[in-house]
Amino acid sequence: MNSLLKLLSENSSYTTSELALILNEPEDYIKAQIREYEDKGIIRGYKAIVNWQELDEDMVSAIIEVKVTPERETGFDRIAEEISNFDEVKTVNLIAGQYDLLLVVSGKTMNDVASFVSKKLSPIDNVLDCQTNFILRNYKEGGVKMVDSIEQKDKRSFVL
Amino acid sequence: MDYQNVLNESIISVKPSGIRKFFDIAAEMDNVISLSVGEPDFKTPWHVRQEGINSLRMGKTWYTPNKGLTVLREEITKYYDRRFHLKYDSKSQVLVTVGGSEAIDLAIRCLAGVGDEVIIPQPSFVCYEPLTQMAGATPVLMSTKVENEFRIVPEDLEKCITDKTKVLILPYPNNPTGAIMEREDLEKIAEIIKKHNIIVISDEIYAELTYTDNKHISIASIDGMYERTVVINGFSKCYAMTGWRLGYALGPEEIISQMTKLHQFCIMSAPTTAQYAAIEALKNGDEDIEDMKNEYEMRKHFIVGSFEKLGLKCFVPKGAFYCFPCIKTTGLSSEEFCTRLIKEKHVAVVPGNAFGQSGEGFIRVSYCNSLANISEAIKRIEQFLTEIKNGN
Repeated sequence: MNSLLKLLSENSSYTTSELALILNEPEDYIKAQIREYEDKGIIRGYKAIVNWQELDEDMVSAIIEVKVTPERETGFDRIAEEISNFDEVKTVNLIAGQYDLLLVVSGKTMNDVASFVSKKLSPIDNVLDCQTNFILRNYKEGGVKMVDSIEQKDKRSFVL
Repeated sequence: MDYQNVLNESIISVKPSGIRKFFDIAAEMDNVISLSVGEPDFKTPWHVRQEGINSLRMGKTWYTPNKGLTVLREEITKYYDRRFHLKYDSKSQVLVTVGGSEAIDLAIRCLAGVGDEVIIPQPSFVCYEPLTQMAGATPVLMSTKVENEFRIVPEDLEKCITDKTKVLILPYPNNPTGAIMEREDLEKIAEIIKKHNIIVISDEIYAELTYTDNKHISIASIDGMYERTVVINGFSKCYAMTGWRLGYALGPEEIISQMTKLHQFCIMSAPTTAQYAAIEALKNGDEDIEDMKNEYEMRKHFIVGSFEKLGLKCFVPKGAFYCFPCIKTTGLSSEEFCTRLIKEKHVAVVPGNAFGQSGEGFIRVSYCNSLANISEAIKRIEQFLTEIKNGN
């Protein structure tokens, strides 16, 4: 795997000088590479992985499976884009199996999510069926554990 | 009671490890970043832990055969053939031990006794000298030099050999320097070793952590060396299994059988749970080794590059997980440097002279820590160096 992208996907807050040291490459080369990835749309953005559960703010998420009829010419792409346009929708994937699209949708309350499904998602042309699964607890997100591990932290003894 | 009269004089006379003192200071402090320990920060891969758990669940709680489980010994021989192209007979040439450390002790005790000399290159891991003394033999210390990339060179080896020389310890990839011995280096010293009929104890515990394009070469694979080499290895470093305490020795049947006899009387058999877990590591752990090695290699680049930026000259390590920067330009001794660094900046590193007098002027910095912690430690070291320069 591309080491630079792997490092940035694990921690996008590395500075270019840190990346240059880690990868044993000149910093200018690292900067140019990153610029190229950004220009080509390989890197689409940088953001923090927030554990919203730790905050008092109201936030509910659901995984929604959607069955759709693919359209002539565009297949699933147009519908997927239309669904992606809603701010409530955080993730959209085309999947194999009983359903076609798998969404992650967030709102302040369960009611918000429910009304998104009934008022915005279901009425879309060619959306046939939705199955809403509310998320109760988020354990891992984007490769990062979202709850404190029950495993022991670094407790290495000072030995030889 | 006067315990000085009660205790064995030969044990009392062995010097305690130089590292201990710093560890005692570090253990008392908060907010310490430790770049001092020789232990992976990774946890044992989950599939390996599961096999340990499973063996307990299945009630496998008895002793194993003295030499170790048959399947484990078979897997060890397959592993050494697969990774290092060395063939051993699992029935007669393998002994499973409590860590590589026990295997080193057994090998020294089986090969060297009163009146024999054991050549120990330094800087090196702290156990060889005391274990040689406790075997009643005489340690002959041989300094390796930074200008030779801390390798053993033929001239230095020749100088140490007498008609009493029995054993050469070959600790590569090396703790603390990160040096390795490449094929041509080994071939050069092999001629001398054969000429003087010396046995080699090749401590290859860091073999998997070799960062050159060529993988680790064992001296046992050099022409004529197989029959005069005891290879020591284990699971601690390459599979992050330090706490399981499991290692092994490979070598000529005549030596391994004597080591097995000793092991049988003092240990009985290595921990059973660890042996079952180790079978899984050998069968399905090659990828774990690569993943951890890649991570160490990135840290190595980062830490060596950072020391260079700070103006501390650093031999680029080719193996293990330590770097060994020279701190002579600071005007401090290794011990002063480390004591002040831990007290003033709460960063723990080990003075180079803990690994032999030739390590004076260097510090051992382990990169068994996250990049984030290493980065923070480097910042603190930078402040420390600035303060020294300004005479604080």
